[in-house]
Amino acid sequence: MPQDYIPVLIQILIALGFVVTTMLATHFLGPKRFSRAKLENFECGIEGMGNARSPFSVKYFLIAILFVLFDVEVIFMYPWAVNFKELGKAGFLDMFLFMILVLAGFIYIILKGAFKWDRR
Amino acid sequence: MGFNFYDFTALTHNIHVGLVEGFSPFMATTLEWVIVGTAYLLFVALFGLLLVYAERKVCAAFQQRLGPMRVGYWGLLQTIADFIKLLMKELIMPRKADRFLYNLAPFIVIIASFLAIAVIPFAPGLQSLDFDIGLFYLTSVSSVGVIGILLAGWSSNNKYSLIGAMRSGAQILSYELSVSLSLLTMIVFAGSMQFSTIVEGQRDGWYLFTGHIPSLVAFIVFLIAGTAETNRGPFDLAEAESELTAGFHTEYSGIKFAFFFLAEYINLFIISAVAATVFLGGWMPLHFGHLEAFNHAMDVIPPLVWFFLKVFGVIFIIMWFKWTFPRLRVDQILTLEWKYLLPINLINILLMAFIVLTKFHF
Repeated sequence: MPQDYIPVLIQILIALGFVVTTMLATHFLGPKRFSRAKLENFECGIEGMGNARSPFSVKYFLIAILFVLFDVEVIFMYPWAVNFKELGKAGFLDMFLFMILVLAGFIYIILKGAFKWDRR
Repeated sequence: MGFNFYDFTALTHNIHVGLVEGFSPFMATTLEWVIVGTAYLLFVALFGLLLVYAERKVCAAFQQRLGPMRVGYWGLLQTIADFIKLLMKELIMPRKADRFLYNLAPFIVIIASFLAIAVIPFAPGLQSLDFDIGLFYLTSVSSVGVIGILLAGWSSNNKYSLIGAMRSGAQILSYELSVSLSLLTMIVFAGSMQFSTIVEGQRDGWYLFTGHIPSLVAFIVFLIAGTAETNRGPFDLAEAESELTAGFHTEYSGIKFAFFFLAEYINLFIISAVAATVFLGGWMPLHFGHLEAFNHAMDVIPPLVWFFLKVFGVIFIIMWFKWTFPRLRVDQILTLEWKYLLPINLINILLMAFIVLTKFHF
């Protein structure tokens, strides 16, 4: 039921309230001094070089994409897992087949070298 | 209205009835939730402070030090003093930072951990949300936190933050798979995702014992993956002090830094509580099949105490990891997950399904 999730909404609001109140408290409590150097980005105390908005290693994005693929497969398994006791032997065979397909894809990814991090 | 320390169902029911009689239905529900939410807020704040203290004391014990001793008896007030200090600090935002996202990140991190805590059963009757998709809700909600971490790292416009956030994101995403797969193994065994059903199913023995080999494998995988999920222990390279200053929260100061810190400790609690609930029976006392006398002796200890004993046990093990294993490199972390834990998990699920099918469990 959708209305079962109203508590979740209220929980979000209370968490928001908590964060906002503490932020306000800290705003009024502590001293504030403006200085230009304070607003620079931290780089070991030396002057900042360039910008952090630079291209990043593509391997991290590869991991993210693989996660999406595998997570979708995991989500497929949830309803199966809950109903497994009723499905019985047929359910087991189905999942066996599904798992073999997933593992085949997984082996393909390994053979393609998606996890070879030291290779350029 | 008697106060029963063994079963809170009557107490919470009485409060509910009182509210419904006194107010209109809408007001009653809202008030009930405000009370529950405030209770969670208090619990989270106090537990966070306690966990920081415990972490420092455990760390000190492993290094043969005493840890904080000056503020209060045995340094008990140390974390409160730290909190007040952080509250007094000025909030600094780097000039180059993305204003909106920089300020949004702590909110997301805190809200994600707040939502996850709502489904955890503390004792009979002390659980606010008992969805039939409880475990699924928990894994999905707790993975929202990684968005906050990525936002924090990117919006700071600092190279350390960016590298830390990327590492942290890759790590949390990868280990998310292992966490959900090892929980899935236990869902196959329990036949339900509802927390109350899972706890009730462990009346004759914890799933760790009744599910023997696959349960044990799932438990170990869950502990490893859970440690990685919370960015702790040997997996804390996202905030490796010696190379990245503080990782994704390098540019956060004062109370905003405290929010990330608090969220980390709430997540530690959530991981431990889930481990305790799904594998170690939650608030269910230690029961062994039909050993009636033993079971009755164990029932004397209240469920709330059992729950926190188990949670603190798991938390201690996770802290133990941190001071035992050296920090891993990012490629080692991802190899561990993708080449070892993931295949082990997939095969483990099949093994568990086979055991459930052949009824080869206790």
